[in-house]
Amino acid sequence: MLGSAVVVFRETLEAALIVAIVMGASRGVAARGRWITGGVVLGIVGALIVAAFAGAISEAVQGRGQELFNAGVLLVAVAMLAWHNVWMSSHARKHVAEMRHLGHDVSVGVKPMSAMLAVTALAVLREGAETVLFLYGLMATGGSAGLALGGILGLVGGTAIGVLLYFGLLRVPLRHFFTVTGVIVLLLAAGLAASAAGFLVQAGLLPALVNQVWDTSGMLDVGSLAGRMLHVLVGYNDRPTGIELLFYVVTLVTILTLMRIFGARSTRTARAQAAKEGAPA
Amino acid sequence: MQIRKWILSLVLALPMSAYAQLPHFSLSIKNHRFEPSEITVPAGERFRLVIDNQDPTPEEFESRSLRVEKVIPGGSKGSVTVGPLKPGAYQFVGEFHESSAKGTLHAK
Repeated sequence: MLGSAVVVFRETLEAALIVAIVMGASRGVAARGRWITGGVVLGIVGALIVAAFAGAISEAVQGRGQELFNAGVLLVAVAMLAWHNVWMSSHARKHVAEMRHLGHDVSVGVKPMSAMLAVTALAVLREGAETVLFLYGLMATGGSAGLALGGILGLVGGTAIGVLLYFGLLRVPLRHFFTVTGVIVLLLAAGLAASAAGFLVQAGLLPALVNQVWDTSGMLDVGSLAGRMLHVLVGYNDRPTGIELLFYVVTLVTILTLMRIFGARSTRTARAQAAKEGAPA
Repeated sequence: MQIRKWILSLVLALPMSAYAQLPHFSLSIKNHRFEPSEITVPAGERFRLVIDNQDPTPEEFESRSLRVEKVIPGGSKGSVTVGPLKPGAYQFVGEFHESSAKGTLHAK
């Protein structure tokens, strides 16, 4: 029972933390619950499909299908998170002002929420597919009620930590809220890009550059609960390769630069607008 | 179109041919155990580790020190690129049956 609880917990934790971040980052958006639930449902359906075709995916592209698939899913999620942050950098101020002014959720349009739906679906899909395969294996060898209970416990435990993270985030004052979620989304995206690089090295498509830049596994093992959480939240890795570090830094700098460019442009537009209306900027 | 196809095949062919030339080392999984459970590989070289899952159920081959993580469906083979490694011992497990599926890779 404990074995199945641990495996399901690990897989659920990563998806739950990502969903919590997405929920936080889309705070104040009308109907975000529906968007994110939609993402979770799509992710579960996708996980079942991926698990059903796991053999075919593994054998594709000279046995590197699984790595390419994982890297692809991760990089699409990175692009969506980047786009969301860039969008927020030019809309966050208006968003908070509207939330304050109206005292209720605002509509931000379909585009940023469809990006967040995709991030949710991809996170659930990737972690869910492994959980489905694991549970399938247990059932095929005669699953017991204990194993099923363990699976449920793992699912509940992982989800609970996601819920805790979300309510923790809500304690951040609204004034700083989107700055905080923006930083978390940025680090999450950089960490996912590094993981994608890891899969491409495993597939033999990228060189590791440096096989181990540092080893902090004695200090904080990435397999421990704290290590796993930091791995998702900030991309912590106890034994990163050079290429993973490179992907991390390049993603971080690219997203930050785009945020600066689009953030500055929106400030200029706002000033121009204010000047035209004869109000002091 | 023609040029694009040509470039694509070149881009794909380069890593593919390098991939085929890497030395291979094999492991199998049977009754949720690795066979052999100890394997020796040369240090300082990249290689492919081929895992033949002879069980009917899927297994996740995982090693944080080797930095690999791969689901291997029942009755199929999967391979991962590893290294170059420093001399030493590297633990690996079958994450789905961690109590029995354990092994060590020695890089010498």
